[in-house]
Amino acid sequence: MFGRDEKISSIRLTAVQYIILVIFMILAYGLWRLQVMQNDVYAQLAEKNRIRNVPILAPRGKILDREGRTIVENYPSFSALLLRDSTRDLNADADTIAQGLHLDPKEVHERIRKFTSMPQYQPIFLKDDITQDELAFIESHKNELPELDTIMAHRRLYPRSGFMAHLIGYVGEVTEDMLNQPQFELYNPGDVVGISGVEKQYNQILMGKNGSRRALVNSRGREVGRLDETPAVPGRQIRLTVDVDLQIAAEEAMAGKNGAIVAMDPRNGEILAMASRPTFNPNDFSVRISRDEWNRLVNDPDKPLLNKAIQAQLAPGSTFKILMSFAGWQEGIAQTLHVHCNGGGTFYGRRFGCWVKTGHGAVELEKAIYQSCDVFFYTLAEKLGIDRIAKYATALGLGQKTGIDLPNEASGVMPSEEWKIRNFKQKWFAGETISVGIGQGAVATTPVQLMRAIAAISMGGRLVVPHVLNPTELPPGYVETKRYTEVKSIPIDPNGWTFITDAMGRVLLPEGTAPSAHIPGIDIAGKTGSAQIVSLALRAKHANNEDFAQNGWFVGFTPRRNPEIIVAVLFEGGEHGKLAARLATQVIKAYVDKQRRLPTKIAGGAGKAEIGALWNAPSDEGNRDGLGFGHFLVEVPKTTLPLAAAAPGMN
Amino acid sequence: MSRYVSYRDFDWLLLIFVLMICGLGVMEIHSATEHTKFAGAHIKQLYWVGAGLAGMFLFSLLNYQAMLDKVHWVYIAAIASLMSVMIFGQKYLGARRWIKMPGGQHFQPSEWVKLILILAVAKYFADMHQRELTWTDFIKAGAIVGVPMLMVLAQPDLGTALTYMPIAIMGLFLGGLRAKQALIVLLLAGLMMPLAWHKLKPYQKDRLVSFVEPEADKQGSGYQVIQSLIAVGSGGLWGGTGTQTHLSYLPVPQTDFIFAAFAEEHGFIGALGVLLLYFIVLMRLTQNAQTAPDRAGTFVVMGVVAVLSFHVLVNVGMVVGFMPVTGIPLPLMSYGGSSVLFMFLALGMVMNVRMRRFVN
Repeated sequence: MFGRDEKISSIRLTAVQYIILVIFMILAYGLWRLQVMQNDVYAQLAEKNRIRNVPILAPRGKILDREGRTIVENYPSFSALLLRDSTRDLNADADTIAQGLHLDPKEVHERIRKFTSMPQYQPIFLKDDITQDELAFIESHKNELPELDTIMAHRRLYPRSGFMAHLIGYVGEVTEDMLNQPQFELYNPGDVVGISGVEKQYNQILMGKNGSRRALVNSRGREVGRLDETPAVPGRQIRLTVDVDLQIAAEEAMAGKNGAIVAMDPRNGEILAMASRPTFNPNDFSVRISRDEWNRLVNDPDKPLLNKAIQAQLAPGSTFKILMSFAGWQEGIAQTLHVHCNGGGTFYGRRFGCWVKTGHGAVELEKAIYQSCDVFFYTLAEKLGIDRIAKYATALGLGQKTGIDLPNEASGVMPSEEWKIRNFKQKWFAGETISVGIGQGAVATTPVQLMRAIAAISMGGRLVVPHVLNPTELPPGYVETKRYTEVKSIPIDPNGWTFITDAMGRVLLPEGTAPSAHIPGIDIAGKTGSAQIVSLALRAKHANNEDFAQNGWFVGFTPRRNPEIIVAVLFEGGEHGKLAARLATQVIKAYVDKQRRLPTKIAGGAGKAEIGALWNAPSDEGNRDGLGFGHFLVEVPKTTLPLAAAAPGMN
Repeated sequence: MSRYVSYRDFDWLLLIFVLMICGLGVMEIHSATEHTKFAGAHIKQLYWVGAGLAGMFLFSLLNYQAMLDKVHWVYIAAIASLMSVMIFGQKYLGARRWIKMPGGQHFQPSEWVKLILILAVAKYFADMHQRELTWTDFIKAGAIVGVPMLMVLAQPDLGTALTYMPIAIMGLFLGGLRAKQALIVLLLAGLMMPLAWHKLKPYQKDRLVSFVEPEADKQGSGYQVIQSLIAVGSGGLWGGTGTQTHLSYLPVPQTDFIFAAFAEEHGFIGALGVLLLYFIVLMRLTQNAQTAPDRAGTFVVMGVVAVLSFHVLVNVGMVVGFMPVTGIPLPLMSYGGSSVLFMFLALGMVMNVRMRRFVN
């Protein structure tokens, strides 16, 4: 019997002491293991935690026109984000923030709710590319709303309304497929690279090299200090051969139409203007294109993303007759050929009609060119045969890429007997040659290819490589894939090309096929064409409208001797070449006016200029293009400047 | 009776070690909360320690034997207070644990219940009249702790509920638990485990999963575990600048993870020093239990030993990755009024026992 005073077994108390000792030894071992044995591992992890490598994005190089006027610029674009600092009740601030950033409060609440399960260090992105007043809102509420933060990135600012969009192209994040290719091996995911156009072609020059900064960050991702910094190497600017004055004329000429215009200096291959329609707004890509907008662009039957100047492969129609004339002359057939046109002729048992149903009467080469007589060229084609036609056309670059310094150029088709067997395992039918004689049938060219071939004829056989960037502008050490200065000399009888170009000079005269395109005081030589083959999509669109079943073509240059500019126009659904000719002459007129030091569109003395990316204040229709930045105003001197300096906006 | 009670027998040495731990705690709270919204918490902690000291001296004056005679009333009051939490309690972070006091303070009754349970268990075993524990005693003692434990579990507050358990275990062990009984109970508990798993809340399951496999959900529930391990591990032998703590990677560095924060800043040497202080305190307490005037006194002091060592085991175990995250603070160091006051009142009871060691 024992009561309250009975002592508890001291063995058990001692046992408790030993148990506690063991527990503490285990805990001490735990500390030893972490702090001494695995210290290296955890010290590294702690460092990885608090030190963040923040990339410093290199601004891309500007893109200038031949006179140094800015076409593509960068602008600092700010994105608004919420740091999830636990000291703030985000939901309580959400309404204020939504109001300041012009967002739907519901959307902000929803965004915050979605992020509740995400790790704290991940900020909530609220809005990309915020406007200046939204930025001012964030700046002025730094104390009241410390969780609201911004990050800045340089974004591309492209000309608006799709001006020059196809030539310039656009940038985007490098894709996984691209990273697997050897030429992109130095790029990292998330890098912004050129996806099309000049942006893609000269990405290596434009891109620059990203720097990085090691920053001390807390668990909420807020930077609390900086350790060191490797500055970014900005991309180099490039100067295109394009003249913005001519580009404006080309864009305006094509407004509301489908097709392409390309203008070149035939002496050296410098592209002076290049426009394709319909167009797209590359600024949509520079932020983040919506899926709907992308689908719209990709599924549009008019193919707005296609640069038709270098990618549309279509039958050249009657413009091909210039190449026929050249082939015929070199073979000694064309200059002596006389035919009687009564509105058509029968070849190989089939009747081929002339576009003038009543016939041209007696026709020789000159009249055949300016009146575009089909029967003459049917006969010439019959006499030449397809292989001789192909020989001369191929020499002038038809059916091959011109080598222009733009990505994804199409090669077109110049048929021959050998071509037919190779591709169709079929013999060439002589009757097919007759269609080729007037630029129909299997022959297909791109506008730039056709222009280059006719430029070679106008220059007495000088075949240049079209290019948008002069090789002299390339930085030293830049590895070129093609040589744009390479000029081929095609043997042409001087009498032949002078005869042909003189005949072309009559096309815009009253006796020619495009008198309405004539501009007094400017000697333009050219050739119209209307091709029966239109893209299937366009045919479907204009199924009820017979007039739109044909593509209008025109290739023209000025002056007739020693030309300085050659323009090719593809007017899809334009029915007749004379309509295409009117578009071409607008560009030629802009060139001639400029040479004559008449005020250009830009230097018109309006006080403020809007060229390329140098944007004015928001446009009248209330469309702000979604940008609060980059509306640059450029003062333009009212006085007419000498040509060399007639470049407003030139720094 | 007061004739025999003297502050000469007050355990000043124990108090010095306890205050050393508190001092390190206040220092670490200051360091961890500087430049955060909790800045100044160390001052509040000092007030709590002051209040705790006052409470301790006050408690040491009461006669624990008289207290034990009335303990059934206090026990009923404890159950009632837990009941009132279930009915009137403030819901915060998904659990009803607090009662809002008129002064604006929040009161967490489950802490005080711990104190009462120590007394109740001491009373039960002190009155037991045989050397060996019968199953009836086992069940009765288990019920004394089990009822309030289930009520706290229902709040739900698994962490605090678990801290009741060592009181019962210590009582049973010292009360004469037989090896066979212990084995049977362990076996039963083992069989109950799968059932208990089903009863756990999803966040509690997450904690257990992330304890076993912290990498499974690095940013979710595993985050705290990983960040705590990084904090402790990066401290090294001598400690460092404490970036885990100061850049707020370490969650709640002033309360549950204060030992991790301390270990990061003061390294293995510093952390070991703290463990040593706790060990000294516990050894000193056990020594006091041995010199207690009666069985009840021993049980009271050993109840405090049980609670304190359990807290240290679970909290430090969690920080070094041996235990899952349970939300149990480190007594005397962690910031928080309830926890500090409980510890000092518990020490008051120990002093109470010690000061009466020469009575009779």
